[in-house]
Amino acid sequence: MPEFLQFAFSGLTVGAVYALVALGFTLIYNASDVINFAQGEFVMLGGMTTVFLGLAGVPLPLAACLAIVATVAVGLALHRFAIEPARGAGAVVLIIITIGASIFLRGAAQVAFDKRFHSLPPWIGGDAIRVGGATILPQSLVVLGGAVVIVVLLWAFIERTLIGKAMVATAANELAARLVGIDTRRIVGLSFAISAAIGAVAGILITPITLTSYDVGTLLALKGFAAAMLGGIGSAVGAVVGGLLLGLLEAFAAGYVSSQYKDAVAFLVILIVLLAIPRGLFGRASVERV
Amino acid sequence: MRALLSHRLVPVVAMAAIVVLLPLLFSSAYYYRVAALVFVFALASLGLNLLMGFAGQVSLGHAGFMGIGAYAVAIGPTHLGVASWLSFVIGAALSALVAFVVGRPILRLKGHYLAVATLGFGLLLAIVFTNEARFTGGPDGMAVPRLVLFGSSVWGAQSWYWIIAASFLVGAVLALNLIESPTGRALRAIRDSEVAARVLGVDVAKAKLAVFVVSAIYASVAGSYLALLNGHITPDVSGFLRSIELVAMVVLGGMGSIAGSLVGAALLVVLPQTLTFLHDYEHMALGLIVMAVMIFLRAGIVPTLARALDLRRA
Amino acid sequence: MPAYAKTVAAAIALCIAGATGQASAQVKVGAVLSITGPASFLGDPEKKTLEIYVDDINAKGGVNGQKLQLVAYDDGADANAARTFATRLVEEDKVVAMVGGTTTGATLAMIPLFEEAQIPFISLAGAIQIIEPVRKWVFKTPHTDKMACEKIFADLKQRNLTTVALISGTDAFGKSMRDQCVAVAPKAGITVAHEEAYGPRDSDMTPQLTNIKGKTGVQAVINPGFGQGPAIVTRNYRQLDITLPFYQSHGVASKQFIDLAGPAADGVRLPAAALLVAEKLPDSDPQKPVVVAYTRTYQQKTGQPVSTFGGHAYDGLMIFVEAAKRAGSFDKAKVRDEIEKTKNFIGTGGVVNMSPTDRLGLDLSAFRMLEIKGGDWTLVQ
Repeated sequence: MPEFLQFAFSGLTVGAVYALVALGFTLIYNASDVINFAQGEFVMLGGMTTVFLGLAGVPLPLAACLAIVATVAVGLALHRFAIEPARGAGAVVLIIITIGASIFLRGAAQVAFDKRFHSLPPWIGGDAIRVGGATILPQSLVVLGGAVVIVVLLWAFIERTLIGKAMVATAANELAARLVGIDTRRIVGLSFAISAAIGAVAGILITPITLTSYDVGTLLALKGFAAAMLGGIGSAVGAVVGGLLLGLLEAFAAGYVSSQYKDAVAFLVILIVLLAIPRGLFGRASVERV
Repeated sequence: MRALLSHRLVPVVAMAAIVVLLPLLFSSAYYYRVAALVFVFALASLGLNLLMGFAGQVSLGHAGFMGIGAYAVAIGPTHLGVASWLSFVIGAALSALVAFVVGRPILRLKGHYLAVATLGFGLLLAIVFTNEARFTGGPDGMAVPRLVLFGSSVWGAQSWYWIIAASFLVGAVLALNLIESPTGRALRAIRDSEVAARVLGVDVAKAKLAVFVVSAIYASVAGSYLALLNGHITPDVSGFLRSIELVAMVVLGGMGSIAGSLVGAALLVVLPQTLTFLHDYEHMALGLIVMAVMIFLRAGIVPTLARALDLRRA
Repeated sequence: MPAYAKTVAAAIALCIAGATGQASAQVKVGAVLSITGPASFLGDPEKKTLEIYVDDINAKGGVNGQKLQLVAYDDGADANAARTFATRLVEEDKVVAMVGGTTTGATLAMIPLFEEAQIPFISLAGAIQIIEPVRKWVFKTPHTDKMACEKIFADLKQRNLTTVALISGTDAFGKSMRDQCVAVAPKAGITVAHEEAYGPRDSDMTPQLTNIKGKTGVQAVINPGFGQGPAIVTRNYRQLDITLPFYQSHGVASKQFIDLAGPAADGVRLPAAALLVAEKLPDSDPQKPVVVAYTRTYQQKTGQPVSTFGGHAYDGLMIFVEAAKRAGSFDKAKVRDEIEKTKNFIGTGGVVNMSPTDRLGLDLSAFRMLEIKGGDWTLVQ
């Protein structure tokens, strides 16, 4: 029993990381049909910027806020200078643009920061909490809590504010949204800004556990994307569930099957789920117009 | 004259001319090696282009098939005593088989879901190649014995340049034939609208599977050539980054354009060589160039240029 | 032919032609390093070290009356790219020697090229396959992973521990060292009771450690790996309250490991070069002047803590330079012969004595057993 719990705690910790990245993917996809492969870099920027500002003497809470602002600026710049000019191009072209952006941001991080690994002090320090023979770090609970708070805030934003509704409208039908007077360009830009903010917050929350370096973005983007698809792209709940599920799959595979093949097992399960439920767990069925 | 210039084999003749004339500019084996690499990746992107550009399906795991071809020519002679050329053929057959078995269920998925499924497939292969060290040499890879053709072993970048470039031209001719065939027309119908194609009586599943298998064979052949050219193979040959590179080559060069596969491969193979003078800023420059090409030449380099020059697309 | 085809041809030709380096009368030393990518943790200090010391040597007048020029390329830990850059170094830059090859995979891919071109190649990678079988033109400076296993096992025997569990990274370094440990264990009287693995980028290894904890009879745990993984494993180790003796590998040989693992690192032992405890060595230790000087120079010039990876690059460069001085010229065959004759070279990795059959030149005494106490390295007597 204690082993099962320990595996579950490990899976939830890692899964919360994936969930936050997946949320970023979903948000941008919802507003603009773009899969943003630079999402991982937002996470990296959040963590690394905080670390380096902290090393330069800035008090950490302030450094974290500045890091979020900086990352949002990068997200807006990405939208304004890379995505906007390519409006109307096919989905694959936009994906390649975001890949180019992620290469660029990684290259910039190499030069602006360094190539070593860094950590941040945990928000809630102290020893691991013992539950039923297993242990979980307090910071893991912070990450999980952070994911929940972000989902709730997003839900409130979408359901309760006018801009949120405008986002839903843009996602449903861009032309119709423009016809009713919504500035879709700014809405899409806003989605990039919020995604960047979520990514940066994720980076700051997870760095005490996962450490950070200039190239953490690549693998995170990969797993976050897979998690988002597993949960059904377009659904925020799906993103979180997908992320947690992926983390749990990896942990249980490592614990019970083979630690060498844990990633393979996780992906195999994703494949099987997608074959059984082609739209992902919470994905919406859509009508294909001929 | 205009009719002659519009013949469908003109791009192939043009590329053949390039293949023959390019070595006049080469002053050392380094150039031959880079050019040979360009044609290896051009071959792989050509296969992927058939899948993405003509059939409209996306694959983020195509490097996995390159890996199968590459490890076939490594494991065959080393562990199984099979001659290199035979291992080459077996690798291609194996890739076709894997594509057939995996393609049937996977190709029912659409768009980004297909992308994730192929991504997972590629990752699975890469993990197997990394972990099964007894056969594959593990993460450090293994040596690839030289190819022996008609009694003498093939070595040297120069010999490989001619072999691989010729193979690419053959591949281009075969691709052109496929595109102009009924299957090719069915693929283009599927790309434009799968539902409409099905209504018109196209066997969508069969056509998609056929092009998936063909593209896998192209990738496998390219992977085998890469292994033989390098004399050494590591699991990164089938890694996620390699798959993304192939997709980028197809899109940058021009989806649906045969010459585009060559141009896209040339861009992403030669660019890192020319950007070395930037040292630490190399990746920033690479990222900027990729973004710029996509923003300003969004149909891909060859189609945009061809349209600008008002000539028929390859 | 159609206009676009002509532009394509010209573009390809120009690109390739433009890739040539400038011709120069300086003596060129090549380096293909993994400056970016998964091994940049190793390649970055290597590059910085080579740059610092090539400049230093040139400032002091160069070698044999000529200045050295470092031609460094980044392979991003990709063996294919490494081979291309090696071809470029041989064919275009016409280097007289190569100090590089951060990863074993890249090194193995490049070896045939340097053997054929008959250029001395001093590798900076860890696996024993690089020098076994012995190749005429290939040498290396880092201790082999086999030596690391032997050193750890010797320490275990001294503490009367014989049953171990391994938790290794699936990266090349972790896998290679794990293979060596499993191969060497029977001869050393050690039993490997259980094994786990983790991906080099994973962020939580508690499932694997939980399985190790649950295995009865395990007396010590060894973690072959490099980069951030070992730091996370170490943290998880303490999180799970595992009190068994814990050994790391020389893949973590940098102060950064202690910073990242935090208080969890206390009590961890590992085999490492004397470089890490430079200031703490007794004055009678022959390595002390060299490692102290390197530590000060590196930390002063880069602002980063010293690591053994940069140290290996220093050793490689200096062995080449000393050999060239003894040969009196840069003739590749003569320099190679002199490298092979290196005797009593005091480097950061140890005292090097090469021979026709030993292309590393270090024995087990070059490895020191260190223990982390109070956030710093200490020598285990």
